[in-house]
Amino acid sequence: MQCQECNQRQATLHFTKIVNAKKTEMHLCEVCAKEKGDEFPGSNSYSIHDLLSGLLNVDPSAGSGAGYSKREEKEYTLQCPKCKLSYKDFINKSRFGCSYCYQAFSAKLDPILKRVHGGNHTHTGKIPKRQGGRLILQREISSLKTKMQEHIDQEEFELAAEVRDQIRELQETREKEEGQ
Amino acid sequence: MSLEQFISNAISPWMKNPGPDDDIVMSTRIRLARNLEDFPFPSTTSQEAARALYKHVYERLSQTSKEKVGDLVWLSMDGLSHIEKTVLVEKHLTSPQLAEDSLQGAVVLNNDETISMMVNEEDHLRIQCLSPGFQLSEGYKYADELDDWIEGNVTYAFDEKKGYLTSCPTNVGTGMRASVMMHLPALVSTQQLNRILPAVSQLGLVVRGIYGEGSEARGNLFQISNQMTLGKSEEDIIEELRGVVLQLIERERSTRRELLKHNQLQLADQVHRSYGILANSRIIESKEAGNHLSTLRLGIDLDLIQGIEGNILNELMVLIQPAFLQQFAEQELTADGRDERRATLIRERLKLENIQDGGGET
Ligand SMILES: [Zn+2]
Ligand SMILES: [Zn+2]
Repeated sequence: MQCQECNQRQATLHFTKIVNAKKTEMHLCEVCAKEKGDEFPGSNSYSIHDLLSGLLNVDPSAGSGAGYSKREEKEYTLQCPKCKLSYKDFINKSRFGCSYCYQAFSAKLDPILKRVHGGNHTHTGKIPKRQGGRLILQREISSLKTKMQEHIDQEEFELAAEVRDQIRELQETREKEEGQ
Repeated sequence: MSLEQFISNAISPWMKNPGPDDDIVMSTRIRLARNLEDFPFPSTTSQEAARALYKHVYERLSQTSKEKVGDLVWLSMDGLSHIEKTVLVEKHLTSPQLAEDSLQGAVVLNNDETISMMVNEEDHLRIQCLSPGFQLSEGYKYADELDDWIEGNVTYAFDEKKGYLTSCPTNVGTGMRASVMMHLPALVSTQQLNRILPAVSQLGLVVRGIYGEGSEARGNLFQISNQMTLGKSEEDIIEELRGVVLQLIERERSTRRELLKHNQLQLADQVHRSYGILANSRIIESKEAGNHLSTLRLGIDLDLIQGIEGNILNELMVLIQPAFLQQFAEQELTADGRDERRATLIRERLKLENIQDGGGET
């Protein structure tokens, strides 16, 4: 079904509004729904993407265009170095261009993710089995490096050397695994 | 082709099997969104990059042993006719987006169609496991094993803090959407569902009506699924959803018992009227058909009518959609033509049954 506002995009949001026992149905795409957002407070929508409309709608260019700090302007011109998607396009489409976008936009991302995911912004679920080994190893190595630095700071050089050997061992394991 | 053959080819094999609590829960679906490292996401990709992704996945997955998975059929969208693609959509084996818009879109199916993996949809891979009745944990276990097998052969885009990286920020983390399709006629008719739905959404779950040609919820079928995918484990998500679904099952069952106790005659009347309309119509719209099929199914569950297979609702809700009607008719049909074919198909289907009166008169 096509969006009844723009007649261009696929309608993904289906609103039912009941006023004086008269039922009106609206079929909108995300873009038009975002624009109409204020007209439908508490409207009865069944789409999962409805959350996004409004949520991502933090577009500073939508305002008067004046009164934005240099910092805000800079954030707004963020771009993914890999796929070249701009932060502005990400907000408009509410889709990332590639997995590197997550890093490129990371400064702005946590508040958005929190709003979409009930306050959460950190994964606590499944870790891929094969890649997971590497991740766990990496996590261990970086924590040992912190530990080694602490020993150095305390001038406990013998202990630091022990930790350094442990790190080497783990790094060798990692290299062996990656070489396979 | 006989009607029996047509139906048996049209319905996914898994749909014919019974499942737990299938008086209320029609089916369970687990979907995992996955992307591969170093390939642009489908929303920004080029024709060439999309083809490279498909080729990469195909080569990696078709050359490894997969005894847990069984034989897989790879169907690329550009090799299918419009009607064939629409049939896949109506069977919920692929999405409209994959069928119509995607570059190098493909769907991978196993024999009983419990697995359908979309390639180059919104994400590189959408792994979907379907099962009859209420089987959230079993469904997840199956999807999890399949996911491990795939991940053993390709490298996922995964981040320690953000989890599985997806195209849309609503899917990041577990990438999992667990959905349960429920038939809730008693809660709808007593207007309890209106009051329950806001509470359900406050628990972070989403309820959708099942849309047909229009957008109205049809046949009292509702799909309940998790909204959040980040910050909770797969097991937690499934536990929370299970808790809510169990309560809905209990409410629907007790309301059905109440209705039966106080309104048995009216209920039996409605069921038989619905049967009468379905068995005799010459023209029927999908919404009307959906509603009467729902009532008929309720009558079967409550033993008010006998001799009709319980899964007639699941089956006919699939069959009365446009692409199937056109396949059945072996021609393209206008909306009016579909209404006529729909009525014919339902009448023919009901003739296969050996209908008897149930306990309407006590
Ligand atoms: Zn629109
Ligand atoms: Zn990117």
